[in-house]
Formats: sequence, structure tokens, C-alpha cells
Amino acid sequence: MSLLLERIRKSYREPGGSRIPVLGIESFAMNQGEQVALIGSSGGGKTTLLNIISGILTPDSGRVVVDGSDIAAKQEVVRDRFRAAKIGIVFQTFNLLPAFSALENVLLGMSFSGRGVDKAFAKQLLERVGLGHRLNHAPQKLSVGEQQRVAVARSLANKPVLLLADEPTANVDLANQQLILDLIRDTCRDHNVTLLMVTHSSDVADTFARVENLKDFNRPELCLQEQSA
Amino acid sequence: MNLISIAWKSLKQRRMASCLTAFSIALGVMLMVLVLVMFGAVDSAFTQRSIAYDLIVGPKGSDLQLVLSAVYRMQPPIENLPYLYLEQLKKDRRVISAVPLAFGDVTQEGSFPIIGTTPEYFENDYMPGRAFKIRGTRVNGLLDTIIGYEVARRNKWDLGSTFTIVHGGADSGHVHDEKFVVVAVLAPTGTANDRTVFLNLEGFYAIAGHSKPVVEYEQRLRDFYAADPERLATAMAQLEAQKKLEAEEASAGHDHAHHHHATPDAMKEVTAILVRTRPDTPFDSLSLTSELQKGYQAMAVNPVRPIQKLVTGLLGNIQKALVALTAIIILVSGVGIFVSIYNSMSDRRREIGIMRALGARRMHVFGIVLSESTLLCVGGGLLGWLIGHGLAVIAAPWLIEQTGLLINPWAINPWEATLFPVLVGLAALVGFLPAMTAYRTNVADALNS
Repeated sequence: MSLLLERIRKSYREPGGSRIPVLGIESFAMNQGEQVALIGSSGGGKTTLLNIISGILTPDSGRVVVDGSDIAAKQEVVRDRFRAAKIGIVFQTFNLLPAFSALENVLLGMSFSGRGVDKAFAKQLLERVGLGHRLNHAPQKLSVGEQQRVAVARSLANKPVLLLADEPTANVDLANQQLILDLIRDTCRDHNVTLLMVTHSSDVADTFARVENLKDFNRPELCLQEQSA
Repeated sequence: MNLISIAWKSLKQRRMASCLTAFSIALGVMLMVLVLVMFGAVDSAFTQRSIAYDLIVGPKGSDLQLVLSAVYRMQPPIENLPYLYLEQLKKDRRVISAVPLAFGDVTQEGSFPIIGTTPEYFENDYMPGRAFKIRGTRVNGLLDTIIGYEVARRNKWDLGSTFTIVHGGADSGHVHDEKFVVVAVLAPTGTANDRTVFLNLEGFYAIAGHSKPVVEYEQRLRDFYAADPERLATAMAQLEAQKKLEAEEASAGHDHAHHHHATPDAMKEVTAILVRTRPDTPFDSLSLTSELQKGYQAMAVNPVRPIQKLVTGLLGNIQKALVALTAIIILVSGVGIFVSIYNSMSDRRREIGIMRALGARRMHVFGIVLSESTLLCVGGGLLGWLIGHGLAVIAAPWLIEQTGLLINPWAINPWEATLFPVLVGLAALVGFLPAMTAYRTNVADALNS
């Protein structure tokens, strides 16, 4: 089992003190190397779920087991290190750092993992996404499609066991959509990386063998029931 | 990639703001370096052993004035001492060298002081371990002179040049008839010797108008040797003989001005005597000083102490005030760095969120921001330090020409050694709050911003 969510509850506190329930997931699991498309309406809690899986946020209660470790039970500093080493993230808006070149953006992900920087592997990743000739280009000098390809290379820099992709093709043109999608999925398949991809596109979702709609397994009201109990 | 290189990249991203804030620190540090270099030069010029003598003997009066006139030739001399006392000092077993200085006149051109002395002055070192280098011949005639490097340079004089002198200082207007000739030029010494014209002591006495009426000498000797009747009697006998000679010449109708007789010792005076005592008996100079204070109308002063008192008392405070001022400038520049980094934090919130999402820990982003302020402070400081010393290198020749002050542009003041630790401290201070902002950044919110 690569990812296991058990009895996840997450709510946000409003300035007035009341709580807004966001997630109430009894169980969700993914096998190693499995690829899942996660769909759902906007504001449904998809991004919160990805943040909880990556350890950026902690649930109010429940277990988040990634590669055998319950990261929700760990301290923040351990979660940060775990995220750097085991989890890759591809954002909808690419989130490349403008001060760094394409290669440096990939190296940056490596430098926080504590395992050192492997420049040769970073170059290899960029070559694989077709940017071997643009290693030293600043992100703003790259096209939108190229930027997202750098982001994909960066997410794989630390050889993660789990890749979280938050609508990675939402901001790219049609020509690049399929290219990036194939790139992510093929690379994950080649490295046996588990992939959880959030998407709004039914075209994208239809290409996945397993598609999960968040509303089918998320019952936010569970948060309120437990609070009142 | 380490934190420093990440911080450096981030600074490069905000190139203009980074350069301006670093430059403001550089300006403050540059000013501080210049103040320290200048005061270091003044300090070494006045407080180090700038002459290779242990004592300066002169008539009773201000010790500071005696040193300023005898060593730095900045003040008019106080009064004179009997030449007989020089002879007495030379015989003292504690004294290994006693060199007379007689002055009061200046060159007509450039108003450089004229000093009558003996060849021993040039045989001794002018500073400990530094001997005079002289180009030319020895002083033989009464009107032969040795001139300092600056005198030669400014007046464009060289061997064989002739000149006249003004009696008693540039304002007196009384130009002596004698034509003096340059027979030797000193190599630069970085001391007041560069701005001095030397002539033989005998030549100094021979200048018309330098002798006074015998009765005047009589009174001075009576005052000086009041506690030493034996020496007073010897001096008086010499004066009596001179009086007799003058009376005889007057009755024979000789014009004194056209006949040069060797001046009797009792009618000679010196302005100051430079004394070297035996190095193996350090108390000799103390005992000599104390004897002089008690027995004669004279005093012996340490050539360094009065100036040291002046420099540390007056200039020291000015230096402290200027250093404090430049420190405030640096502090204000530090506040500029704080404002620059702090303002950038809201723009960089997302950037910090991305780094955190990539696995950077809170301490990583804290360290990156702190590294940025350190790079700006230390980088700016280093730039300012180099510019400050660079300007000192450029200004050094001009300063020597204008003030005679020899500066060592690369001399490191002890205060400078504390500069960089202080700058790192300042960086930590001004970087702390922005770094804490980075530390506290909520990753999920930052990624959504």
C-alpha cells in the first residue's frame, strides 16, 4: 500500500470561532504505482486533501500513511523532510521560482531533501522532458508548456514514491495538455511512482483506469457529528 | 545549492534594491574607514616615537610648545637656553648625545624654518632605526645649508641654489643680507625635517643681528645659573672678556658688523637640546629631568608624552565622535536593508510557500532570509572597506603635499577588525524580523496567494 487515508477529519476555524467542515473521509487507499484521477467540484476540498497527504497541513484527526509512515502523527520538521524525500508535487500554476534557472529549479527540490544534489540526474530529468537545451533558461524565458515540464522534472527530482498533481494541465494549451499528461503518467509508470492527479477535465479523467470523485467518499458532516458527540 | 547560494539568487532577482541597500552600507563603512585611516595617520604622526631622542631640553614654559617647535616645527620657540648648558650636558655621563637646535628665522621663499645645528644631528637617526639619507656635500662654510625634501620640491631648489632668510619669522619683514647656499638635500623622511632648512650652528650665530647686547646675556645667565654659582662665575668671566674686547674695538674705531669674531660660548644660545641617554639605564632620563626642574630655569620633556596627551585628549574625542557618526550612518543603512527585505516579504510569500512545499523546513527559509541580510551587510561592508582604503591610496600623495601627513592607506585600525563582526550582528538584527515572517509563513495559504 502506497497511500492510505483512515478516518480523516479536517475543518477550518472561522474568525468567529465556528468551524467549517471540509473533509470527512473514512478510508481511501492507493497501491504502489497506481494512477488515480481525483475529480470533484470546486471548493470541495481537493486541494486541502492534497495538502494533508503531502504533510503541508495536518488533519484534525485520522491517519495519513504514505509508504508505511503515518505522516499526520509526525512533527512538522519530520513531515517537511519526508515530503522532500518521498512526495513530489506538481502545481496547477507550475510554481517555478523566477530567480532560478530551469536546472536550478530542479536542483532546489533536491537541496532540501538532505540527500545532496545530483546535478547529472537533474539534467537527465530535464532532457527526458525535452528541455536538455534549456537548462540555464529562466522560467520567464520558457513557454507555458515548457514551464510545466520543468515543474514535472522538479517533482521527480528526489525519486518520490508518491506524486501529487493538482490540475497540472489546467493552464496549458491543448497541444501541451496531452504531452504533459503523457509525460507525468509515463514517468510515474517507468519509476513505479504512485500518482494522484486532481483534474476538472473529464477528457483527462477518462484516460485513467481509476477515477475517484471526492464527493463519493468525502462526508464533511462527519466532522460536525464527531464534534457534537 | 546551499542557503547562501539560494539567498544570493534571491538578491540577484531584486538586483536594484539589493545594490542600493548594499551601497548605502558601503558608504557608511567607507566613511568610517576614511575617518580611521586619517586619524590613524594623525595618531602615528604625533604619538609614536617620531624622533630618536629620549628628551628635549628647553627653557621653562609649555612642554607642548617645546615639542611642537623642536620636533614638529609648528610653534614659535619659547625662549633660549645658554649654550654653556649644552656643553655641560655633553659632559654628563648619562648623556650619549646632546644635539643643539637654534631657530627663529625662516626662508624668504616658502617660509620654511631655519635651524642651526651640528653635524651630529644628521649622524643620529631621525627616527628609531632610520638614518638620514643625504645627497650633496658636507656643510663647510658658515652659509652652507642642508635642505629638507619638501623645501627642495616646493621651492624648486637643488644643490647650488642660493636664498635669503627672514629674521624672526615671515611677518617680521627683516630680510638678512646673507646669501645662503644649498650644499645638500635630504631624502624624504615623512617628518618635519622635510620642511626644514639646516645650517651650521656657527653659521647661525654669525648671521648679522643674531647677537644681543652683552648685558642681556648677563641677566639671562644670572637667572639660569642662580642655583649654580660656580658655573655662573665662569660665564660671567667670559662676558667680561667680551665686554673688554668690544670696548677696545670701539675705541679703535672698528665697525663690528664688518668683522666676524668667534662668538664666545657665554653669548651663544640654543633654542632646544635633543638628548639621547644610555639605553641600558632607563632611569637616566628621569633623573636628568628632575635635576633640571630643580636646579635651572629649564625643563626636559619626553618628546612623545605632551603630544600624546593632546592627541588622545582632543583628537581622540573628535575621532570617537566621527566614528559614532559613521556608525549611525551604518545603522541607518541597516534599517534600509530591513525595510527593503521586509517589504519584499509580502511579494515573496508564494516563493517561500513553494520552497516549503518542496520540503524546505522553517529553519531553511529563516536561514535564507537571514543570509540575504548578511550578504547585503557584509558585502556592502566589504565594498565600503575597499573603496575607503582605495580612496586613501588615491588621497595619500595629495595629503602629503598639502599637510605633510604620511598615511598608510592599508593600515588596519583595531576598530576595523570589529567592523565585520558588528556588520554580521547588524545583519542578524535587521534580518531577524523578515526571517521570522518567512519562518511563520503558512504554506497552504502562501500557495493559494
